[in-house]
Formats: sequence, structure tokens, C-alpha cells
Amino acid sequence: MFVYMDHTATTPTDPGVLQAMMPYFNDKFGNPSSVYSFSKESRSAIEQARAQIAKAFNAEPSEIYFTSSGSESDNWALKGTLEKSIKLHKGDHLITSKIEHHAILNTAEYLEKYHGVKVTYLSVDSEGKIDLDELKNSITDKTALVSIMFANNEVGTIQPVKEIGNICRENNIIFHTDAVQAAAQLNIDVKALNIDMMSISGHKMYAPKGIGALYIRNGVRPENFLHGGAQERKRRASTENVAGIVGFGKAVEILKGRLNDDKAKISKWRDKIITGILEKIPHAKLNGTRGDERLPNNINFSFIGVEGETLLLDLDYKGISASTGSACSSESLDPSHVLLAMGLKHEQAHGSLRFTLGRLTTDEHVNYLLDVLPEIISRRRNMSPLWEDYLKSKGEL
Amino acid sequence: MALDYSKKVMDHFMNPRNVGELDNPDGVGEAGNPKCGDIMKIYLKVNDDTKIIEDVKFKTFGCASAIASSSMATELIKGKSIDQAWDLTNNAVAEALDGLPPIKMHCSVLAEEAIHTAINDYREKHGLEKIPMEIHEE
Repeated sequence: MFVYMDHTATTPTDPGVLQAMMPYFNDKFGNPSSVYSFSKESRSAIEQARAQIAKAFNAEPSEIYFTSSGSESDNWALKGTLEKSIKLHKGDHLITSKIEHHAILNTAEYLEKYHGVKVTYLSVDSEGKIDLDELKNSITDKTALVSIMFANNEVGTIQPVKEIGNICRENNIIFHTDAVQAAAQLNIDVKALNIDMMSISGHKMYAPKGIGALYIRNGVRPENFLHGGAQERKRRASTENVAGIVGFGKAVEILKGRLNDDKAKISKWRDKIITGILEKIPHAKLNGTRGDERLPNNINFSFIGVEGETLLLDLDYKGISASTGSACSSESLDPSHVLLAMGLKHEQAHGSLRFTLGRLTTDEHVNYLLDVLPEIISRRRNMSPLWEDYLKSKGEL
Repeated sequence: MALDYSKKVMDHFMNPRNVGELDNPDGVGEAGNPKCGDIMKIYLKVNDDTKIIEDVKFKTFGCASAIASSSMATELIKGKSIDQAWDLTNNAVAEALDGLPPIKMHCSVLAEEAIHTAINDYREKHGLEKIPMEIHEE
């Protein structure tokens, strides 16, 4: 059985999306910037996709800029805003959080290193939420940008975005949010939430990899990130990824049409898995919030005594694809920065496991996971000296 | 990152040999710490006359290569004298596993250190001088 439980990593391209894209590789291959009538088809396809995406988030089409990825959108928002602000002597201070995606964290670090930007990294509580008072107290007359992710990719915690947007608007500070995960699962109204810039990514939303977008509210003018031709109204150079853009537009339209149904169905599975794990596996710790403040598809647990990579391989052997923020699954040996920021001990952070549900999930998959996971955990715990020490410390051995 | 483990690593990870503990072990050694994400604990049963390791068990917290390294290392020292076991290097453990990814070589170092600690524990309890341990740079 192939049980895909890593929809946060990526999603398969929707067949309808793929079908919509196909003509733009070959039949309708014209460069959208060309003058002749043949190219108009490419140009109008791009504008249609722009309108589809704008509509989904209550933005204007002129506020949607296509990029190559969520990472590029994040880079553009941060670098473009700070570079411009420094040039205009309007401030060199960036506020973000400790639990952002590396597309934000490493860009902030770059800005510190090469542009002397002062960065405040807001802390989070044990559920992964920022403190609004800390945000307010961090704002100075030099603050050029606040960038806080909409929902966390590892633990699924949804931030109080509306309040953050209000605080930024009141203080006349630009508010960017990395909504790469949230946009795939939640209804987002950029106007109602006072969002000035928002990063989204196609492949998290059943569009292909290699396409993203940055929403930039009319009136907000970050410096360009990619310099060159006059594409995207002179703000993002390079010949458009026409097929990718068409697919992205279609994917967002489909996603929006089924979002509420999916949300209801998927969050029910999520809660069944959470409850099941807590019932069947002793000393399992749920990371993140519960209910509406958690992404509908996210499950993240720490299993004290075992290491995450071990569990991933055991699950893979059983046909289940999952993920971990922990050391050994990545190039780096450091445990998840998100879990550490939430106050977990290193050994808890090392033993974390993330399941993310989506369109490939079925009732059968959910039951299968709950069948095989307890045995995997108990087998690995029984060969771990940490588990033994832990039980002794709890007086259970 | 999908790690490229050899078949031997996967075999020793999925079916580790010598897992568990010994009652009244003659020597116990531990290496690593939870912060790094790896802890290895090794238990020895040593014949007092021949100094042969008659039985060995391990318990390991860590990734697949840490578990596989423990399993392989215990196989390699079982039936050997404590002096022969002392000479087992981390490279020999890694080689016996048909190699480890470079980022995981520290797992084999951990096995070597746990064995050294266990042998020194035995030596100390049996009136033998402890052997100075080489400290590995990581």
C-alpha cells in the first residue's frame, strides 16, 4: 500500500491542472511579450490565471506577481522592502519570528550580514504562537517590515494574522506573510486581514513545482528582486513560465471550489489520528495547537525515547511516507528550530514525526497508520537507553 | 534528503543483532548524548580467565546508522578478546557496513567509544589499568 502523508512537502499535480497546462508547452508556445497576434493567447492565459488567483484571495489582479517559488517570493518581499527602505533612509529594522521557514530566516540572516539590517526574531509560546505584546514592543521608528508566517509548516500552528495586520497598519509598517502552507488550506482575504504582501507556492496546492506568486498590495513598492526585462509590469523580469502560471491559476480555482469540504473532511481525519495516537501510544506529545488554530491537515508528535529518522524508515518500510523536522532526515544534524523555539528538549525534538494529510488520504490510510504506528514506536523504544531512563524517571520501571 | 544507506546498513537497522541488556554485566559503556541525538549503551560479559567477550548486548537511541553501527560493532567483538575488541576502529565498523554516508560517520565513532568505555569499565572493576581513550574530533 502507498500511503502518502506528506502533503506539506508537496502535492501531486491535479489532472485537470495538467490538462489545462498542456497546450502551453507546444501548440500555444508564443512568448507573451511578443507583438504578433499568436502570442496574445499566451498573454491572455497569464492574465486569466492572475485573475483566478486574485479572486481566491480577494486581491486585485494587478496585485499578483508570478515568481518561480515560495522561496523567491519570500526573498523578494524581504530584500526588496529592506533595500528600498534603507535607500530611502526609512529604517533598517525587520521583525520576524523564530519559527519561520528557512526561506525567511536565511534571507533575514543575509540582510543582517550584507546590509546591516537589524532583525528581531520574536519568540513563540509552547504551542508555537507569537506574543502580540512582544510584537508591539519590538516596533521602533526604524521598523520597515514585519514578516510573520500565516501558519507553520512543521506544527501547523496558525498565527493571529488579523491582529498582526492591524498592529502593522496602525503603525504604518508593511506586513508580509509567508502563506505557502496556509493558502493551500484556509480561506484568506488579504484585504480583511490587512496583509500587504503574501507569498504562495503552486506545488503545495496541486499545481506543479517551479511556480509561485507574491501578492503585493497596490501602493506597496518593494525594490525588484529579479532585474531584466519588463515582464510582470516591470517588477519581475524573465520570460513567464506560461504553462506553470496557467496551471497555478487553475489549481487555485479548483482548490478554492472544494476548500470548505476538504477542510471538514481532512480535519476530521486529523483529529481521529491525534486522538488515536494519544490513546494507543504512551507518552506521546502532540506539538502545536488543537482545533481551529491548527492547519486542518497537520499532525506533529514527539515520541520520547526514539529518533525521528528511525521512525521514518520504519514507516517507509510499511509503505507510509511521512516527515520529520529532526536532525537526521536533513543535511543538518540540528533538531527542528521550530520545536526548540517552542521549548522542547533536544531529545524530544529529535523524536518528532509529522503527518500531513490531503487529497490522497483515505479512511483506509488513516486506519492503517493507527494500526502500524504503535508497534513501530514500541519496538524502537525497547531498544533505546533513553526510553529506559525516561520510564525510570517517571517511576514506571 | 533521502539518505542512501547500503543494504547492510538497512539489514542491521531493520534486524539489529544483540539488542537488549545483560543481567550482571562485567562491563558497561555509554557514549553520546541526547543533545546530539545519539546515545549508545553497550553491555559486556567477559570470561575472567580468557578475557574473551562471551556475550554482548546494546541499546541505542539514534538514527538508522547509529543502530546499524551498534549492531555491527557488537557482532565484530563477540568472541574476541578485550584487547582485540579495543583495536576495533570506527572505520572498520563503517567498512563492515559497506560504508556510511559522510554525515553519519560519527555514528561509527560512537560505537568505538561505547566499546572502549565498556572495556575500561571492565578493566577498572577487575583491577586492570584503564587504557587512555582517544578523543575524536567531531
